[in-house]
Amino acid sequence: MPGENIILLGVNHKNTPVEIREQIALSGGYDEPLAALKNIPGLREYYLLSTCNRVELLLVADPLSNVEENIIDFIFGDRISRDEAQRYLYLLYGQKAVHHLFMVAASLDSMVVGEAQILGQLKEAYRHAARLGCTGPLLNKLLHKSFSVAKRVRTETAIGSSAVSISYAAVQLAKKIFGNLKDKKVLLIGAGEMAELAAEHLVGQGVGEVIVANRTLARAIDLARRFRGKAVSIEELVSQLEYVDIIISSTGATDIILHKDEVKSVMRARMNSPLFFIDIAVPRDLDPRLLEIDNVYLYDIDDLSNVVEINKSERDKEAVKADRIVDEETLKFQRWYQGVAVTPTIQALKKKMDEIALGELDRTLSRMPQIAEVDRKTFARMAEAMVAKILHDPLMYLKSESCAGRDNSDLKVTIVRELFGLTKEEDGR
Amino acid sequence: MQEFTYLLFQAVLGIAFVSTAAYIVYFVSQNKEIQKIARIIMVVSGLLQTLYILLRFALAGHTPITSQHEAVFFFAWATTWAYLSFRWRHTVKNFGTFVSLLIFCLVVISSFSEKNIDPLLPALQSVWLPIHGGVSLIAYGFLSLAFCGGLMYLLLERELKSKKFGYFFSRFPSLDSLDQLNNHCLTTGFIFLTIGIVTGSIWARQAWGTYWQWDPKETWSLITWFLYLVQIHQRFSVGWRGKRAAVMAVIGFAAVIFTLWGVTYLLGGVHSYAR
Repeated sequence: MPGENIILLGVNHKNTPVEIREQIALSGGYDEPLAALKNIPGLREYYLLSTCNRVELLLVADPLSNVEENIIDFIFGDRISRDEAQRYLYLLYGQKAVHHLFMVAASLDSMVVGEAQILGQLKEAYRHAARLGCTGPLLNKLLHKSFSVAKRVRTETAIGSSAVSISYAAVQLAKKIFGNLKDKKVLLIGAGEMAELAAEHLVGQGVGEVIVANRTLARAIDLARRFRGKAVSIEELVSQLEYVDIIISSTGATDIILHKDEVKSVMRARMNSPLFFIDIAVPRDLDPRLLEIDNVYLYDIDDLSNVVEINKSERDKEAVKADRIVDEETLKFQRWYQGVAVTPTIQALKKKMDEIALGELDRTLSRMPQIAEVDRKTFARMAEAMVAKILHDPLMYLKSESCAGRDNSDLKVTIVRELFGLTKEEDGR
Repeated sequence: MQEFTYLLFQAVLGIAFVSTAAYIVYFVSQNKEIQKIARIIMVVSGLLQTLYILLRFALAGHTPITSQHEAVFFFAWATTWAYLSFRWRHTVKNFGTFVSLLIFCLVVISSFSEKNIDPLLPALQSVWLPIHGGVSLIAYGFLSLAFCGGLMYLLLERELKSKKFGYFFSRFPSLDSLDQLNNHCLTTGFIFLTIGIVTGSIWARQAWGTYWQWDPKETWSLITWFLYLVQIHQRFSVGWRGKRAAVMAVIGFAAVIFTLWGVTYLLGGVHSYAR
């Protein structure tokens, strides 16, 4: 049946403050929410992307099924009222949804435009959805397309080369606070990829030592070895604060792991030398009130984006080029999508007409055994020609591009199918 | 000769203005070439100031720090050379803009008071005059640098804490270098201030027969001295650094200014030499 809706809805760092985002972030992995979504009626294909900056769902739904409300309830639960949810959420349909997906994949919607992590996250999310059978032909095509759009943007523009990542922003702030990073020590809490990247940047800037604290010590030791640092258990966190200067926290903990009082108590032992906290976890790991302590600087992931803003202008030129690529690819996809909706209808129509023509021809000819083989062929050609002539106008109507836009072709397909009684047979797609 | 000193003062005023303007242009544009030019102008300004003081010394026959005009001008001179000596050893990004502005203000203030060269009061005719007065004003020079550094620290700290990265963020040096500057200038200034007070006390013993007589200026110098003492002590014992040190540098400087002008105009006493 044609006319399914492509819907994209989600929250991201632009529309939604971190306080709200951390309530939705799916820290438990993809499998559980993906399985839960199966129960929502009217949902044909779907996939879910959850990163620290965004939670997005891309859906293919039956028209008139109102899945949106169910999905909003699914995302926000009882934590936030529906009205409030509407304020933070973006809901995109059809071409706009496709465009947004491509923007995300190409890292044009990222907090740090041009950073490469998002594509990996997107592929990861797709892998989960595909494994659980949540995606279908349309989403498969759409997501694969988004990967190639991302690749095209990367190769054809310089957007990635001057990408200033979050970790770069962290380095810039550290330099503004400490000046020279040479004898400074970094403590990583949690061994996430993002923290690793930030630590790598800091080491590149000459940071003296890296200490890794993690719940599983084995992982901490692994990571510490990479930086030739040492590993500590998470229980030693507060005592370590006495010796380190920069703390990057990225655990999957659902609660605050470091409170104001704990930090305040070590400031005296530190002789008030500055502490620089970077909280890249969502939900946040560190008490926002740490900022109230003198000589303590705390930045969460949203704050870092402000630093990134400062470096933005040079990338804007490339972004224009990238935007054009995304627009172009969106249009191409749109054309393809209209094609798949129209083509099966044409085929079904032809098939039905051919069947009728051949059936009638057979019946008539079987009652007329005296007719020669040559004449039978002439009759067959006549039937074929009649079918072709009858179909000519309906096919022209279907294929016509006089009114661009998917809604229109949806309507045409529906009309033709109803007119020729094609609806019943075609449910497999 | 009087005429020439007058012209020289106008030249100093002019060049202090040009230096400030150049530093502000540099601050806005961050153009390295302009920074070089600004620095050269600052050195020339320092040299002209020195020449002016030497000329007045030659004309008056004593160190020119006895009138309001002379004291403030000497203050500006001390700030200039404290900065240049500091600049020679440490680099603190865009510090010059703030300092040159302060120097210009001091020169302008000195221009408002009477520039006549008066004969020296008998009470001041002593070898201690240049030592006590000069050293005290050099102390003020360093303390005013600490003030500028403290002010910059507070501005940058506010941007970092509020996470609104405005105009100053990219133009300011790191918090750490501002704190070090604060520490360095405050300690140096404090040493000079101590010497200034001790020599003053010795001079008082010779001139008036008593080391300390609680003249308003003496009292206020002592208050200033204690303020700085507390800060320095706390830095080494419990780590008063960063914001607190910056606030103390600003408060201390306010006390310095009050000792310099407030006492003279509001409280009087034996030190209120020049009106």
